[in-house]
Amino acid sequence: MRKQIALGALALTAAVVLAGCAGGGSSDNGDSESDGSGAELVIWTDEEREQSIADAAAAFEEETGATVTLVQKNFEDLRNDFIAQVPTGEGPDITVGAHDWLGALVAAGVVDTIDLGDKASEFEPVALEAMTYDGQLYALPYSLETIALVQNVDLVGAEAPATWDDMIQKGLASGAERPFVINTNGETGDGYTMYGFQTSFGAPVFVQDDSGSYTAEVGMGGVAGEGFATWLGANGSAGTGYVSTTVDYDINNELFNTGKAPYTIQGPWAISAYPDVENIAVNPIPTAGGETAAPFVGVQGFYLSSQSKNALLAQEFLVNYLGTEEAQRALYEADPRIPAWSTLATEVSSDPIIAGFLASAQNGVPMPSIPEMGSVWDLWNAAQSQIIDGADPVSTWNTMVADVQAAVAG
Amino acid sequence: MTVDAPTTPRAPAEPAPRESHARRWRGPGWGFLAKLALMALVNAFGVMTLLSAFRVESWVVFSATLVLLLAADVVYFTRRSLPLKYLLPGLVFLLVFQVFIFGYTAYIAFTNYGTGHAGTQEQAVEAALIQGERRIEDSPTYPLSVVERVGELGFAVVDENGDVLVGSAEQPLEEARDAEVGSGGVPTEVPGWDVVPRTTVITDAELQEQIAGLRVAVSEDPNDGSIRTRDGSSGAVYESTLVWDAGAQTITDTTTGTVYTANDQGSFVAEDGSALPTGWYVNVGFENFFRLFTDPALAQTLLSVTVWTFAFATLSVVLPFALGLLLALIYNDARLKGRRFLRTLYILPYAFPAFMSALLFRGMFNAEFGVINDLFFFGANINWLGDPWLARAAVVWVNLWLTYPYYFLVCTGALQALPQDTLEAASIDGAGRTRQLRSIILPLVLVATAPLLISSFAFSFNNFTVIYMFNNGGPAIPGAPYALGATDILISAIYDISGVSGGAADYGLASALSILVFAVVGGISAIAFRQTRKLEEFQ
Repeated sequence: MRKQIALGALALTAAVVLAGCAGGGSSDNGDSESDGSGAELVIWTDEEREQSIADAAAAFEEETGATVTLVQKNFEDLRNDFIAQVPTGEGPDITVGAHDWLGALVAAGVVDTIDLGDKASEFEPVALEAMTYDGQLYALPYSLETIALVQNVDLVGAEAPATWDDMIQKGLASGAERPFVINTNGETGDGYTMYGFQTSFGAPVFVQDDSGSYTAEVGMGGVAGEGFATWLGANGSAGTGYVSTTVDYDINNELFNTGKAPYTIQGPWAISAYPDVENIAVNPIPTAGGETAAPFVGVQGFYLSSQSKNALLAQEFLVNYLGTEEAQRALYEADPRIPAWSTLATEVSSDPIIAGFLASAQNGVPMPSIPEMGSVWDLWNAAQSQIIDGADPVSTWNTMVADVQAAVAG
Repeated sequence: MTVDAPTTPRAPAEPAPRESHARRWRGPGWGFLAKLALMALVNAFGVMTLLSAFRVESWVVFSATLVLLLAADVVYFTRRSLPLKYLLPGLVFLLVFQVFIFGYTAYIAFTNYGTGHAGTQEQAVEAALIQGERRIEDSPTYPLSVVERVGELGFAVVDENGDVLVGSAEQPLEEARDAEVGSGGVPTEVPGWDVVPRTTVITDAELQEQIAGLRVAVSEDPNDGSIRTRDGSSGAVYESTLVWDAGAQTITDTTTGTVYTANDQGSFVAEDGSALPTGWYVNVGFENFFRLFTDPALAQTLLSVTVWTFAFATLSVVLPFALGLLLALIYNDARLKGRRFLRTLYILPYAFPAFMSALLFRGMFNAEFGVINDLFFFGANINWLGDPWLARAAVVWVNLWLTYPYYFLVCTGALQALPQDTLEAASIDGAGRTRQLRSIILPLVLVATAPLLISSFAFSFNNFTVIYMFNNGGPAIPGAPYALGATDILISAIYDISGVSGGAADYGLASALSILVFAVVGGISAIAFRQTRKLEEFQ
């Protein structure tokens, strides 16, 4: 008898698994289009945003009679799941996502353009620019994030250092163990955090055209890139040692939190890791190479599936329900990042820390969203790590640029 | 007088074949009912799967489910196939989890599935047309109503002067006299047309698709663009720059005159080599396999990665086994006090999640802040994670720490199962402890553990977790493609090459590599299992 049950359970599990293969989960998908009021929007979201989207959805459901089904997923899984499932017809109508996924989403053909109409003027321009690919807007943005110079006011004051040398001088004068600390993600390298310094040498990862769109032309080569590499080598283990591959995210935060370093470069997500620093000031990143230090700006927003059966309804929900100050405020409160909604951004800037990150974002450039960026990260990070560890800066950098060019050319 | 009738010799008592519980209908018949209920559930799930597979037109899943479901019913409702009743669930699992996944991987290996080649050609065309249709820059947003007349849909918009214009797919916009505009700013009444209520527009999925696809020309001249609506209540003028010609398999850009032709690599390519961003996946034959050998940079790096993978897998079996066996021998000695407690302690590393241990070790091996340099090397700045050979040693060390308790357990079990009389006989015959160890204990332990060693080798060969969590394959080999590192084993190299983390995924190439790894591991395991039969002669 027990064996029978076990066998039955096995067979049953197999059936469920097969149902899973069929993309079963049929309750997730809007198949109940039989009667007029049965239209259903499926939205993929992560945990942080689920509740605030649900709040916006409640009003929408009441006014239109449609139902909104939220499916919670890990943020990291959203992109690949979206690319894999939209072509099979199993994807959602709308998903939360980051702007730098856009190139991959466009190449996969899974996103539809959206039209904000007059609402467009309500958003921060950099947010719309980031969500624009080849002249077309693909998502409703709602938040910005970037990194900035975070400083310990008790050690070095709140005033922003203008240049790298200025900052190092003040850092040394503060008497802290290290004048400055930056996360290099251990031996892996972290081109993202280092990017402000790199752009201050005039070496962007990809060249932007006149309209601000990134081209596939690698901009890191030449004299500017070599200048950055030389600077990085001079501050690595063979030089001053201010930049070290022994520092990863946690060690970086530990050093800053314990006052062993008065300056670091971090994003707003790390501020909660500094409970012991009483006075924190946030400023734009100082220049190391003479030009403005432009960190990457990341934008998050809502994408619309190109295979959505409810395109009108989804647009309606995005533009008229999520594209309101009220909904944007709820999203901000659920997950405090700089809002992409201009008036809200101004409002929350009364907090000096957020104002600091906003100022840094206004210096920044959108992280490239072209698919070619996927070929860059590993090579770029590795080359920086090797240079910091004492490899010859110029030749290592130029090898990396050649490899990236080859990878981008496919 | 009674004559005994010659009794026909009774057929030798043939016991009636014992009926299975599930068939027997004695007593309340619970067994049969339980089976019926379970099979009803299985069938219900099967039919549900069939329906959803049918709806999404997934024919492979549909036919596989159908076959499996029929097989299940036949097997459990006939008398004949008794052994299959026990085998079927296992077979189903094998098919679903092993054969299907392997088959699917093999299928992907022969395609270019990945970034830019994710859907069908039809979807690629659809995406290209979406990307090629642009709102005319200075077009205002017009308040719009969806209107209908005898099966024909149209748009009624209010222009800048407040006039209502109406048109349909066939008929360009023209002024509608006597139309009324409601308080919401959209036309509410258009003579000759019925205004479709807004609630109907946004809740009827079929209608939505028609409306989203509807384009109403602004004038007779197609170059003026056409009105489309994104939300059913406002419209703007859009201009389509790409035209799809299904017969010629081309997409033409009407503004530049560029013709993109579908090629057999799953892309639309123009004569100057430029391509549209969205492609589709196609069968590319053995190209992925050829790439592994013909791309010199990739081939050379993969060779060194392969050599290291073998070294890592071998060391990850030999060293922990040796240490585990040694400790097991020590702790098997009856003279040792507190054996049980100490044995339990040795299980700790095994019980701790491997990825956490790997992360902790990453911190401990840190050259500047790590405790290993501080405690054992007098604070020397040894760059464990930055030097290729030190990093390899560190990875092997971490894996040794993680796996020796397993062998300790296994060997302890094997030692306790040794025939004590044989050992006694050996010592009576005058064999010393080393002789006993060499001639009796080790061979017998090996017989018991050899299959485990082989599967451990296969596991270490694909031990992604420890490599990824400990140092992500680093330090990077200078100039290596895909930034492969000195401690990358094949499986983590495949992860880097597939590019899933970076966003430019190449699943086809990654699948081809996975199949090669499978062939290597499978081959080695098969040979090794064959060899272990020789060990059994000892028994």
